[in-house]
Amino acid sequence: MTVTAEPRVDRLRATVRKVRARKEKDESRGVSGFLLSFVTWLLGLAFFFPIVWMVLLSFRQETDAATPQLFAPFTTSNYDGLLQGDLKIALINSLWAAGFSTLFVLLLAVPAAYALSIRPVLKWRDVLFFFLSTKMMPVVAALLPIYLLTNNLGLNDNIWVLVVIYMAANLPIAIWMLRSFLLEVPRETIEAAQVDGASFITVLNKIIRPMIMPGLAATALICFIFSWNEFLFALRLTGQNAKTSPVFLAGQIAPEGLFLAHLCAVATVVCFPVLVAGWLAQDKLVRGLSMGAVK
Amino acid sequence: MTTATTSVPPEEYAEDVAPPVSALPGPGYRERMSRRLPLLPALIFAIIMTQLPFLYTLWISTLAWDRDHPERGKKFVGLQNFKKVFTDPDLRSAVITTVKLTALVVIAAVLLGLLMAVLLDRKFRGRAVVRTLMIGPFLIMPMAGALVWKHAIYNAQFGLLNGAINGVRGWFGVDEPTSWSLLSTHPLIAVAIPLIWQWTPFMMLILLAGLQSQPSDVLEASKVDGASTWQTFRLITLPHLRQYLDLSVLLGTVYIVQAFDVIYTITRGANGTTNLPFAIFETQVDAGDYGLTSAQGVVVVVGTIIVATFALRTVSSLFKEEVR
Repeated sequence: MTVTAEPRVDRLRATVRKVRARKEKDESRGVSGFLLSFVTWLLGLAFFFPIVWMVLLSFRQETDAATPQLFAPFTTSNYDGLLQGDLKIALINSLWAAGFSTLFVLLLAVPAAYALSIRPVLKWRDVLFFFLSTKMMPVVAALLPIYLLTNNLGLNDNIWVLVVIYMAANLPIAIWMLRSFLLEVPRETIEAAQVDGASFITVLNKIIRPMIMPGLAATALICFIFSWNEFLFALRLTGQNAKTSPVFLAGQIAPEGLFLAHLCAVATVVCFPVLVAGWLAQDKLVRGLSMGAVK
Repeated sequence: MTTATTSVPPEEYAEDVAPPVSALPGPGYRERMSRRLPLLPALIFAIIMTQLPFLYTLWISTLAWDRDHPERGKKFVGLQNFKKVFTDPDLRSAVITTVKLTALVVIAAVLLGLLMAVLLDRKFRGRAVVRTLMIGPFLIMPMAGALVWKHAIYNAQFGLLNGAINGVRGWFGVDEPTSWSLLSTHPLIAVAIPLIWQWTPFMMLILLAGLQSQPSDVLEASKVDGASTWQTFRLITLPHLRQYLDLSVLLGTVYIVQAFDVIYTITRGANGTTNLPFAIFETQVDAGDYGLTSAQGVVVVVGTIIVATFALRTVSSLFKEEVR
């Protein structure tokens, strides 16, 4: 852009500001604006409806749940004693597997992301793509060797095996995501602190840590969600003791008789923590899902 | 080791994000080691966890190893398992099912996601609420989603789908309930719908981020110039969205190719819904043919590497954009 063009650009910007101001007022007004908003709401509700239906059925008697109708008598009987039995064990197992794998994966990923962003190793690009490529491998191919190995080591039905597997599964996501947050720490600030004689620990504690806390929390939530929901390895590697929530849930289908309301109650309980966690992290969700590529 | 200082070509830094000034002349040996140190635990862990199982799989794939007949031992059979993989019609149909299912789900989810993203890119009352609701399906445990779709929605007797159909028929005076079932008439679509439902929010989030990263002056300038909404969308928004579409398609493909929970729950692979992950799982868990399942795994991994190379290239181009 040459210097002479700048007044014109300024004038254009002014026009743009005016148009934008008008647009913001207009967007949700008028018949077409209202219609579009209405359609958006309708589609959003349609997408959410299966979840509503699940929760609704969980508050019905089995006989009512078996006849599809929008309104039916309300009951909480499906939730009675639910949290005392095996579901409690499954929830604790899930919490254990997801919680510890998330904690450990962050312990590995934070220094690694640091070595790939703020103070990068020479081949940082190759290393990053190596991590990404491990995420693209079909997990089912690793099922047999890991199953045989845990069998040989006598670690069957052991929750720590899942912890290690979920760490491996989430490490690439955590590194990529954390790296994208670390890149946002202004280098000038770090250098200025170093010039002022701040030690490495001080820089880490006083500058980097506060700036990446939101990113760290979002990364943790996403790793937690993926671990909580994982089914294939949990199914293959756990038995009665280490069974996690999705495996427990899959076992709630009775071959005979009515089970729908009970199933929905269990499903509601096991989905609840992640739904809340995901909604809390929703602003950062896209960043985690795209491995930090999309902000 | 002092020569190492000069062995680092300055070009290495050209593509660096922003090299710290203190290290610019080229780091020495100690410097490079101290940079590497924080990376090592994660790198070693990833190599152990991903490469060793693969080597083990590669080894098992050359054995005749039947879980249910331990007395036969584990004999080395060379490439025989691979021959079986490539001549097995069941596996070939699993490949076709995987491609069909993945294409169906990715295309539908991207289109629906694009629609929702465009709709949510406007300002209107309750926009944040609708966005929050939309994310729901992605956060629901896939197992729970699959079970709800199968038993609460598809089920011919108790399901919502037939309930709604019967309700509508009731308005027209037809009282005899239908026993139609999507599961038996269109099993692949019955499997695809929960996946589309689950992945549309994912596509929507990426595409919405793409829409919102558009420089707004360009959009408004085109409006000032008298372009219609459709023209603006086609000529400005879509080209801008291109890389986000690529990314959502590729990431979606990587995840959906691996779909397992839904098939395990809804059809157990019946009626032509066995995809590759489920086929490998079946060979391993039901048939107990460890040699064959390993060969299948190796073939799928190699296939994935080929597909993933393209995926990585796209992510890589996005990545350069970010650096610029």
